Amino acid sequence: MARKLDQINASSMADISFLLLIFFLVTTSMNTSMGLTRRLPPPLPPDQKPQDVDIKKRNIFVVKVNSLNQLLVQGEEMDIRDLKEKAKEFIANEHNDIHLPEKVAKEFETLGVIEYTRDHVISVQNDVDTQYQAYIDVQNELVAAYNELRNELSELKFGKKYEDLEEKQQKDVQSVFPQKISEAEPKNYGGSN
Amino acid sequence: MATIRKSEKKGMPELSTSSLPDIIFMLLFFFMAVTTMKEVTYKVRILPPAASELQKLENKSLVRYIYVGEPMKEFRDQFGSATRIQLNDQFADVNEIETFITNERTAMKEEDQNLMTVSINADKNTKMGIITDIKQALRRAYALKINYQALSRKSY
Repeated sequence: MARKLDQINASSMADISFLLLIFFLVTTSMNTSMGLTRRLPPPLPPDQKPQDVDIKKRNIFVVKVNSLNQLLVQGEEMDIRDLKEKAKEFIANEHNDIHLPEKVAKEFETLGVIEYTRDHVISVQNDVDTQYQAYIDVQNELVAAYNELRNELSELKFGKKYEDLEEKQQKDVQSVFPQKISEAEPKNYGGSN
Repeated sequence: MATIRKSEKKGMPELSTSSLPDIIFMLLFFFMAVTTMKEVTYKVRILPPAASELQKLENKSLVRYIYVGEPMKEFRDQFGSATRIQLNDQFADVNEIETFITNERTAMKEEDQNLMTVSINADKNTKMGIITDIKQALRRAYALKINYQALSRKSY
């Protein structure tokens, strides 16, 4: 006579899986790694003194942040909210102002001939006592300025946003507006001591 | 005459719980997929700064973290309340960063070594002095790809 197979009691399965679920909830965290990506300049050779690179005055955009988190942009005090517009004006130099960086014409594969400010540099200088948040704010506004300019150019040339462009187009737009944010050698100035 | 007759012994039919394990397993797999293991236990208190132009950190295995902030309450007696750096699970000094990065890099696969990103995870009230020191140390260690961790916000 065929014996009926005993069924495995599965009622505790729910408890076991609950236990596992709770274990994973406790030991893991949601993926929250977001940030501003930057590239540092390579180190100077140890025997070399930091020297001021010869950059034409009109090509450099200086942002200083003091120990009280106040901004000095191109020699004048400024609110962080106005920094993006000012930076965009500097990078794009739409009206070929002689006080803003010089423009160079170059032909790009996907964009055609474009005049752009090849040699511009944005220099961010901060004090030892500057708050980290203030520094991030400045970096953020500068990156935002570049992103907006890239988007504007993409809309104008291709009618699409920068991130929706093809790789080649993206590369060309990027070389028209390369992120040139230099972080100077640390020096102490203004505010404290 | 219509009368509502109470059922004598019928009661509710019993709810079948046989699919419960499957549902819970589904939840479990969902959480396993979208979450990651905690990298370390924080010994410093970190409230990241906020920014709007954030990029996602790709390829977690290539990222090393440096934590900067004030020590947690339980470490106050031992380490004081001045801003400290945490590498992996320990408090560290600025001059240990170079060794740390070099060690981490040699532990990586050779083709991944130039792709290493260092993520600076600092409290928003940190003074820039210590951040600048870290950046200089990273430059000396040739870890040039860095990332400032931040929370996302819209605009002002």
